[in-house]
Amino acid sequence: MDINDLRSLVTVLGLACFVAICVWAYSRSARAGFEEAARLPFTDDDAPALPGGRHSKEG
Amino acid sequence: MQSQATYNYNVVRQFSIMTVVWGVVGMLVGVIVAAQLVWPELNLGEWLHFGRLRPLHTNAVIFAFGGCALFATSYFVVQRTCHTPLFAPWLASFTFWGWQLVIVLAAISLPLGFTSGKEYAELEWPIDILIAVVWVSYAIVFFGTIAKRKTSHIYVANWFFGGFILTVALLHIVNSAALPVSLTKSYSAYAGVQDAMIQWWYGHNAVGFFLTAGFLGMMYYFVPKQAERPVYSYRLSVVHFWALIFTYMWAGPHHLHYTALPDWTQSVGMIFSLILLAPSWGGMINGVMTLSGAWHKLRTDPILKFLITALSFYGMSTFEGPMMSIKTVNALSHYTDWTVGHVHSGALGWVAMISIGSMYYLIPRMYGKTQMYSVGLINTHFWIATIGIVLYIASMWIAGVMQGLMWRATNPDGTLTYSFVESVKASYPFWAIRLAGGVMFLTGMLIMFYNMVKTMAGEKAYEAPVVAPAAAHA
Repeated sequence: MDINDLRSLVTVLGLACFVAICVWAYSRSARAGFEEAARLPFTDDDAPALPGGRHSKEG
Repeated sequence: MQSQATYNYNVVRQFSIMTVVWGVVGMLVGVIVAAQLVWPELNLGEWLHFGRLRPLHTNAVIFAFGGCALFATSYFVVQRTCHTPLFAPWLASFTFWGWQLVIVLAAISLPLGFTSGKEYAELEWPIDILIAVVWVSYAIVFFGTIAKRKTSHIYVANWFFGGFILTVALLHIVNSAALPVSLTKSYSAYAGVQDAMIQWWYGHNAVGFFLTAGFLGMMYYFVPKQAERPVYSYRLSVVHFWALIFTYMWAGPHHLHYTALPDWTQSVGMIFSLILLAPSWGGMINGVMTLSGAWHKLRTDPILKFLITALSFYGMSTFEGPMMSIKTVNALSHYTDWTVGHVHSGALGWVAMISIGSMYYLIPRMYGKTQMYSVGLINTHFWIATIGIVLYIASMWIAGVMQGLMWRATNPDGTLTYSFVESVKASYPFWAIRLAGGVMFLTGMLIMFYNMVKTMAGEKAYEAPVVAPAAAHA
């Protein structure tokens, strides 16, 4: 097999892989996980008043 | 509460402060080189000559200002969204001091004239090795933290940060391969057009991954956080990520249109640059639409103004970029100030504004506060910076198109209508307007520096407690 066949193959596989990712991202099965992941920045309260925080000596 | 462990805020705080400091330094050098174009007498001696200060400016704003902002935000976001302190905190500390050493070495070696001559990769081989060591350490800290996460999902911002870290390691190591002949001089491992192609494979992916993917990581965390609502479409963010990963790598040849690079390679570069418009705009819309239903917040929250204006400039420059990569457009724009305007639309409008907005969120939290010393000054900073950018890019557009038209104009007998120096002379007024825009943007950074110092004054550094992920559902 010519090296250029291999290069073409990798390009086509890359495209197929990307299309598969798109199909998966818009599939019903991914939805619940995405909703959970999208809430991640909010499952985490960074308000400074939380107990357990401390001011160090430096600063 | 859950645990007495605290997040590692120390390294985030160090990088945040240095973001503002290097922002002021890098943009000051930018203002100096802009002034040198208006008044050539300001080229004082060889060390402070335009040719040596210009790479100092680009390195300082991209790698010192932008780099510190990326370190600070990625270390913050990865800890908080994984609910775990940083992996190997001593190594994280090493990345801080190592990166500052790189910056100082750049600030010394570039004015002295030590350069490998590769744009955005000018630093000589000993510094390149230090960068590689710091970067691999960064990857270990970042992915180590991901590996010990307490959540099942890896938040999308971390995908962008992770993609940026891996790709920059690859780009830097491949493009910097060189044969040293002395401590301060080396020659590229590649030659001729291959060398040029590898350089612009590096150069454009430095734009795509250092200046885009990393800052999109910031966008996907700080825009939802500041707007207090989740990202508009999470699945669009997943497609956005993978589309950029699959496409950006091919776009580099558009920097080498009408050169010795084979014509088909130029065409491939142009086509992939055009394709990039789709994911870029998808991402921009995703960020902006996160605000849907909460548009009123834009009126009162200057941090959101920075973040959303950054996205608007991201959209503008990712439209302009593909357009400029079209060969016939490039025939007019290449080597003119249009390119400089395009870069600054991205660098000031997108990169700097998203970083500034994120820093205004981070800095008070590093001292146990929720607000900067003065919210009014953030607003002032926003307006002065925005007007500065508009002056900068509008003057460069006009100058660039004018230069392109003057250079290609021919008389009926085929001779050139204008000599090169005539186009230089015609550019002066626009270079003066650009200088004014740059001075305004720098003034904004000085206001930010003052605001930061006042926020820190008399305050002790704060370490936040690690929050268990279960707390979320309570």
